[in-house]
Amino acid sequence: MKDDITREERVDNLKGMGCSRKRVEDARFTQGKGNYVDDVKLDGMLFGDFVRSPYAHARITNIDTAAALEVPGVLAVLTAADLEPLGLHWMPTLAGDKQMVLADGKVLFQGQEVAFVVAEDRYAAADGIELVEVEYEELPVVVNPFEALKSDVVLREDLVAEDGSIPDGAHGPRKHHNHIFTWDAGDKEPTEEVIANADVVAEETMYYHRTHPCPLETCGCVASMDKVNGKLTLWGTFQAPHAIRTIVSLISGLEEHNIRVISPDIGGGFGNKVGAYPGYVCSVVASIVTGKPVKWIEDRMDNLMTTAFARDYHMTGKISATKEGKITGLHCHVTADHGGFDACADPTKFPAGFMNICTGSYDIPTAYLEVDGVYTNKAPGGVSYRCSFRVTEAVYFIERMIEVLAIKLNMDAAELRRINFIKKEQFPYTAALGWEYDSGDYHTAWDKALKTVDYDGLRAEQAQRVEDFKAGKTRKLMGIGLSFFTEIVGAGPVKNCDILGLGMFDSCEIRIHPTGSAIARLGTISQGQGHATTFAQILASEIGLPADSITIEEGDTDTAPYGLGTYGSRSTPVAGAATAMAGRKIRAKAQMIAAYLLEVHDNDVEFDVDRFVVKGAPEKFKTMKEIAFAAYNQAIPGIEPGLEAVSYYDPPNMTYPFGAYVCVMDIDVDTGVPEIRRFYALDDCGTRINPMIIEGQVHGGLTEALAVALGQEIAYDDMGNCKTGTLMDFFLPTAWEVPNYETDFTVTPSPHHPIGAKGVGESPHVGGVPCFSNAVQDAFRPFGNTHTNMPHDHWRIWKTANELGLHG
Amino acid sequence: MIPAEFDYYRPKDMAGVLSLLEEHGDDARVMAGGHSLIPMMKLRMADVPHLIDLQDVGGLSDIEVGPDAIKIGALVTQADIIDHAGLTNVAPILREAALQIADPQVRYMGTVGGNVANGDPGNDMPGLMQCLDAAFTVVGADGERTIPAREFYEAAYMTAREDDEVLTGVTIPLPKGGYAYEKQKRKIGDYATAAAAVQITKDGGSCVSASIAMTNLSDTPIYSEAAGAALVGTSLDDAALSAAVAAMLGDIDPTEDNRGPVAFKNHVAGVILRRAIERAWSRA
Amino acid sequence: MSKKMHIKLKVNGKDEEFLAEPRELLIYTLRERLNITGPHIGCETSHCGACTVTINGKSVKSCTMFAAQADGAEITTIEGIGGPDDLHPLQEAFKEHHGLQCGYCTPGMITRATKLLEENPNPSEEEIRFGMAGNICRCTGYQNIVKSIQAAAAEMNAAKEAAE
Repeated sequence: MKDDITREERVDNLKGMGCSRKRVEDARFTQGKGNYVDDVKLDGMLFGDFVRSPYAHARITNIDTAAALEVPGVLAVLTAADLEPLGLHWMPTLAGDKQMVLADGKVLFQGQEVAFVVAEDRYAAADGIELVEVEYEELPVVVNPFEALKSDVVLREDLVAEDGSIPDGAHGPRKHHNHIFTWDAGDKEPTEEVIANADVVAEETMYYHRTHPCPLETCGCVASMDKVNGKLTLWGTFQAPHAIRTIVSLISGLEEHNIRVISPDIGGGFGNKVGAYPGYVCSVVASIVTGKPVKWIEDRMDNLMTTAFARDYHMTGKISATKEGKITGLHCHVTADHGGFDACADPTKFPAGFMNICTGSYDIPTAYLEVDGVYTNKAPGGVSYRCSFRVTEAVYFIERMIEVLAIKLNMDAAELRRINFIKKEQFPYTAALGWEYDSGDYHTAWDKALKTVDYDGLRAEQAQRVEDFKAGKTRKLMGIGLSFFTEIVGAGPVKNCDILGLGMFDSCEIRIHPTGSAIARLGTISQGQGHATTFAQILASEIGLPADSITIEEGDTDTAPYGLGTYGSRSTPVAGAATAMAGRKIRAKAQMIAAYLLEVHDNDVEFDVDRFVVKGAPEKFKTMKEIAFAAYNQAIPGIEPGLEAVSYYDPPNMTYPFGAYVCVMDIDVDTGVPEIRRFYALDDCGTRINPMIIEGQVHGGLTEALAVALGQEIAYDDMGNCKTGTLMDFFLPTAWEVPNYETDFTVTPSPHHPIGAKGVGESPHVGGVPCFSNAVQDAFRPFGNTHTNMPHDHWRIWKTANELGLHG
Repeated sequence: MIPAEFDYYRPKDMAGVLSLLEEHGDDARVMAGGHSLIPMMKLRMADVPHLIDLQDVGGLSDIEVGPDAIKIGALVTQADIIDHAGLTNVAPILREAALQIADPQVRYMGTVGGNVANGDPGNDMPGLMQCLDAAFTVVGADGERTIPAREFYEAAYMTAREDDEVLTGVTIPLPKGGYAYEKQKRKIGDYATAAAAVQITKDGGSCVSASIAMTNLSDTPIYSEAAGAALVGTSLDDAALSAAVAAMLGDIDPTEDNRGPVAFKNHVAGVILRRAIERAWSRA
Repeated sequence: MSKKMHIKLKVNGKDEEFLAEPRELLIYTLRERLNITGPHIGCETSHCGACTVTINGKSVKSCTMFAAQADGAEITTIEGIGGPDDLHPLQEAFKEHHGLQCGYCTPGMITRATKLLEENPNPSEEEIRFGMAGNICRCTGYQNIVKSIQAAAAEMNAAKEAAE
């Protein structure tokens, strides 16, 4: 049998790994036919919405719902008193704490959920909310975590014993009634000793401000209890639908098989949609109570003020080095502001996430990290905003400490990085804080980046600019921002990664149809990453059927295999691996079928692009399409019919993407306005599945990094009022504020991942934030600046210039 | 975000508007594009039991460029201003300023009348109108009257317009000389951290007249007569610029907000004004 | 309860007539009354542009307009711009150049871009960035949106030239 097309054409036809396949999702999105949760419309559907606290800390002395219940269309007003008999007035958080579903006697942050009004339409709900009368007795407000640890004000009376003692929390002993945990990693005394005896020590205190993922679609859900069949269906903006099903089962008492969770199209997540929120619980309860579907959709203020802040880390660092600049030790202490409840979304054993990746890309022999979690009168959350667990904080910390050390050593910061990088031959490398980095080639990436941007030329230009500035010829300074990051993503090995006891494996189930097309279902859920496109590419390369003939389906717990969802760049490292492994099971069976059809021994056929060929006789082959048909329709001795496979993949290790970024920025010292002149991003995410999508992820992550570094924050006043509750004040850049980015790459495949891929969605954010920040700081370095805190908005940049005496 | 209930009216003429205002008093508000009012209603920060939409009232959407003055109807939008070549020809500062307001969609809806009438210190048009020495025409039960822009603003959201009066248009004497509208903001869609409107004439190398107004640096727009006076008769050397800035700083009274503290705003106001003056001078 | 309004609209070429409370926002009329769910709700304070539709030839944020204000208007949403059999060049270009990720901003983005290109058929990158600044995207960083609009403009101009 002869082919009429070449092998190359056969490869192209698959649209497998490595090609910039156009996205299959886009047809519906470009025609307005996406299906997001607020598009779900059911017969008789009710609307629920919250009465929220205007105070950050107050006792509730009375809730009067009578007037609200008089509003035509208002059916019910739920309060904690209604939920208490069901045991649902509090719910467990992902971090081992518990959180009020509805205010149980007091409120701990502005915007906290106090009552849930259920009405026939959203108008009646809104009117009802206005008429719920809540009597508050204001309590002293604590918004600063350092003060919280000294304050007599008890935020969480539920966590203080009757005798006044402080019981242990989920993560061990607590030092104070507002203290949540102390978590540490590394060697304390040896690190302190190394630093005490070092040639050079640089110290810095920095605050990584509170911000918010703010996806364009807010959180929401539709709960529909079918009382006839006893089945609950819950549509929602869930980044982890299977985990939500389990949590709903555990807290509601409904058996898990009677709960179907569906994540429809999701309008961006970035970590905001990992957690479980009071709105979900109240919608479920309201649906059970009324027997009707209940929809709850946050408005933007609710979203910014109550669900899922990120960051809020006060970090103090010491880094020691020899005179020549070889780093000898690193010490980091973090005071972590978790708000009123500890609702951080981290693996159970890691209450500060993977902050212990804070030794970065450097061969640092001794290190110690200690994190104290603290309660304050701010919203709970602590999610990983476009990053693996607390990795943005870790990378920001080390990339600032490197710059601070370079200043202390009077050394070029690029060179300081170079002489401290973990060398290619040191991988796999076990870092001082415990992680085993799987692979890397940092020097190659760094050299490529510096050469591409003409680093030496930039420094020369910058030196000239400083002279011109001093001579009064310009009022603009030039900053060169550098960052080299190593991420830790793909959580993770079940032996050390679980959330609420749920192991962080992921899964893929494949069915090949008789005519040679397929459907694959995964435990993850895309929020814009293009899974339906890229996972089909992985499979196409693994099983030899065209990606265009493979449907990818996620997000319906009745059909998809169990998995822990999409966040922390875990989809490709974990579910992508499961996809490849399930594909290989398909291929193994296909090999036996092919051998039978070709009348040779199993070992005498080999896989080639889209077929099995007889070794040494490539003209004898069976295509995967032919094999699929035979699998269903031909009686083959010893082989059961069908062609399906499932894989649950427990990764042996995390993956460690890395990258080298350079930003060139001009800064108007008189107005504080920065202008990004150039941004170069080199990413190494291992094997590249779809370069077009990788590039898109990099553009998006960098833009979110720009926002966080240059102005995006959740800010509170002393009374705990959130000052940044709308998009007027919460900075989301428009096309006008964003530059063009130059992207580049190297490829260092992960040695333990089936296809060598590492994940990329979050790298640009993790590496981008310190790069933008370093550019601002670098502009002021010649005038004595060591460190200033983000966000570098106009007034803070201006303040730096002012304090350095640059305004004359 | 759902507004409270209200009754909606769309009268066909001004008499209809005025009779509704008379009938409902404080409970009624007129609306042009609605892009300031509707968000406030959605946040339930504005209670408007009776909403009077002006869109069907005739004669409020014209731009007339006369030999001595420009007349702009209250319902003329920012987009209309940007697109009107004849207007840009005689008063280019209007287009320069309009382009710095909000974003394209909002500029299709946002009107001159709404922008100048509601008294929001963040709006750009009030300062601009003060710089241009515009006059606002308002009409009420007792007929029409004209109020100079420089006397219109009393405090945030408080103006010389009575509750039962409707602002129908602005009249701007044809501007002369060089112009600049300079605005610093955090992003598209933001109000100004500081903004300056400047119109300057010169004769030879000497400044003949200068008009200066500042935006979002007090609870009203600030027409700084003293700042303009500091420039007149000078060659706009550094001393004159510094004097103008100092005079302006004496007139503004910024407050701290998310854009920054007072010291920053004062400093940026000075920088922005200096740049605006220099640009206007270069165009004079 | 306030008096219901009798409202007539022409949406995507189809006449619609209904009674609505004055406070009904146009975005809810479209999404909930008429089941036109392409336009989305992102910020509710007229910053994000996810709800952008074209009303009487203007790009408008439909979360900041009452249905009553639009009485008598002609409205075009993403659904009226092109469908499976007649994709608009912008819809093609956004697919071709990866101008979207989660898709939530896309209907508003494309709807706004149709108007931008109508007003300025050959925009520079700067003009596109300025003209699209009323639409926020959280995913793409805009670079490929700009590219998509440039590509669509080129395509539309070429088609126009060929037709002449």
